[in-house]
Amino acid sequence: MTINGWVQIALFVALLLLFTRPLGGYLDNVMAGRRTFLSPVLLPVERGFYRLAGIDPKEEQSWWVYARAMIVFHIVGFAFLYVMLRLQDLLPFNPQDMASVPPDLAGNTAVSFLTNTNWQSYGGESTMSYLSQMAGLSVQNFLSAATGIALAMAFVRGFARAESRALGNFWADLVRVTLYVLLPACILLTLFYVWQGVPQNLSSYVEATTVEGAKQTIAQGPVASQLAIKMLGTNGGGFFNANSAHPYENPTAFTNLVQMLSIFVIGAAMTNVFGRAVGDERQGWAIFAAMGALFLVGTFVAYWAEAGGNPLIAALGVDNTAGNMEGKEVRFGAPLSALFAVVTTAASCGAVNAMHDSFMPLGGMIPLINMLLGEIIIGGVGAGLYGMLLFAILAIFLAGLMVGRTPEYVGKKIEAREVKMTMLAILCLPLVILGFTALASVLPVGLAGPANAGPHGFSEIFYAYTSAAANNGSAFGGLSANTVFYNGTLAIAMMVGRFAIIVPMLAVAGSLAAKRKTAASAGTFPTHGGLFVGLLVGAILVVGGLTFLPALALGPIAEHFAMLAGSLF
Amino acid sequence: MLRHFRAATATLLSMVILLGLLYPLAMVGLTGAVFPSQANGSLIVRDGKVIGSSLIGQNFTGEGYFQGRPSATVDTDPADATKTVSAPYNAANSSGSNLGPTSKALIDRVKEDADKLGKGVPVDLVTTSGSGLDPHISPAAAAWQVARVAKARNVPEADIQRLVAQHTEGRMYGLLGEPKVNVLQLNLALDAQTKR
Repeated sequence: MTINGWVQIALFVALLLLFTRPLGGYLDNVMAGRRTFLSPVLLPVERGFYRLAGIDPKEEQSWWVYARAMIVFHIVGFAFLYVMLRLQDLLPFNPQDMASVPPDLAGNTAVSFLTNTNWQSYGGESTMSYLSQMAGLSVQNFLSAATGIALAMAFVRGFARAESRALGNFWADLVRVTLYVLLPACILLTLFYVWQGVPQNLSSYVEATTVEGAKQTIAQGPVASQLAIKMLGTNGGGFFNANSAHPYENPTAFTNLVQMLSIFVIGAAMTNVFGRAVGDERQGWAIFAAMGALFLVGTFVAYWAEAGGNPLIAALGVDNTAGNMEGKEVRFGAPLSALFAVVTTAASCGAVNAMHDSFMPLGGMIPLINMLLGEIIIGGVGAGLYGMLLFAILAIFLAGLMVGRTPEYVGKKIEAREVKMTMLAILCLPLVILGFTALASVLPVGLAGPANAGPHGFSEIFYAYTSAAANNGSAFGGLSANTVFYNGTLAIAMMVGRFAIIVPMLAVAGSLAAKRKTAASAGTFPTHGGLFVGLLVGAILVVGGLTFLPALALGPIAEHFAMLAGSLF
Repeated sequence: MLRHFRAATATLLSMVILLGLLYPLAMVGLTGAVFPSQANGSLIVRDGKVIGSSLIGQNFTGEGYFQGRPSATVDTDPADATKTVSAPYNAANSSGSNLGPTSKALIDRVKEDADKLGKGVPVDLVTTSGSGLDPHISPAAAAWQVARVAKARNVPEADIQRLVAQHTEGRMYGLLGEPKVNVLQLNLALDAQTKR
């Protein structure tokens, strides 16, 4: 590890802190439908959307209506994207004559982009037409992100409102966050990325004759406009197969910094939105602090592991001072690759600037753990906040058990219904991940997948289902996942990981909204201080640790000790 | 429920037009006007022919050229479409090796390269990049090759060293990223100054 590496990490954290509060204020205004500086331009567009859709943005929805609207929107979005991928060979903007996407892959991809996972069983530049990338995948990048933020707002309103049945209007939330936040930011980001070297064109692939006279076909496309929302919306689906390791998709250390900030910035700001909504910004900062503590520990371990390099390679007489460089780009090196890996899995992004499959055993374990904990360290846009608040409910319930009082969180009594629903949401993740991993580890169709043998092969399977269920989308890319078995089971994992959390979460929100606000008294456990932050982190680690430790021991931990013993597979 | 379907369909279609067509196409137009070179892939053209992109690495094999990192990219096997063959720096199919740290295939490959290149070779010269298209090598990896290039081109090492120094880029703004050398640009400068 170097001083420069740590300075870059510190710079990243400082910039994130700088953005959190102002963006939180802006998001709060937008989601409440207040005027912002963009309203003169965007208000007519917003109204146009409502008129076309036949909706009244002021019509409030109960949790169940809100959930139904969200589910219907997913069904329609799935059908549209699936058909577009199947028909891409007949549609325009296809200079490379990409063939129709096969049914299982199209289905897997449609689920993947709708659920904000962006798991990719395909390589972008060898599979997708430009139209599929722009009007199919990019659109879902925007909409799945907007959906996540909308859902988090509904949850926050559950805490903020008292004796109410309503959580807001799904359509208005969706349209507002897209128009006022995502699109304007993406326009600026696209300009920045192109300035730094990311292509944005509709040309066919360039045929170059290299200096030594060989032929090189260089893939092109409208990369920057998709890259912008891929990061900001914590989607993570690469335009190219190599994702943000591709020099076109992440050409400089500057684009790398901006991409990492894009991943975190909305998720971080959502903690502030929560604080504002419940009338005490410190509540938001407490959540932020718990996230920050887990983030820093993960960053330290991943950077340490990657900077140390592979002892098996050092033993061959190679100068290993640059660390583990297999699967990494020179312009990023060990520190920025490790930091990016932590950021992308702490949030539910899944973009990669280095191949996680080639990380050191413990370096690759950190991304895995980040996802196993449910991506609540900043987390996906929206999803991170509601995931973390579910853990907050759990933590406060545990605290209540210890002192024998009915627990309260930001003025709401946490009772049996909330705790049951919370546990339902939290337990679905291990069920899907461990269930499918076990299945794939014994079935021949599953065992055909891993490219690596030994414990690393198990890690590849484990990582895939974790990534899918947590709606992350990054991969230990050696796994051959483009098979009917993996496309199918991963799609199920993605759906369960999204909806089996969202629906109970909205039920909790509905039940909280209906409750009275209880005034804080001397007996109220304060939830803005260090004790609560510690309790929250503890609850997360105990739940995550107890559930997944055995599987981690079979994968990365076993591999680490095998490596130290010099074993190869 | 029907109301939801109408709202969903109308919202989706208008979003497809705005976010899926207007936004990217406007960005193609705008960036093409403001940053034409970058928007079109930072291509390098010589004598009217595209010889590559300054952002995309090339597969150099000659003794008289600086060589980039090993690349794990593949292409479809011309003999059998269900199989792939090694095709270093295939910029139409980016990918890494995805070999894990305890993979025998990885260690065997590194050993073979390390034995060829000699003791103390910098690690980036024996490991594949994430994209398989890494345009850069570390300054140490460039220095490692100076003697070979100078010998092949029959010029003093000091000349080559000077060229490498000119093409060594530090961290961006003195802080971001790692120091690096763009192999294609270095080799183009090499060709411009000395014979092969």
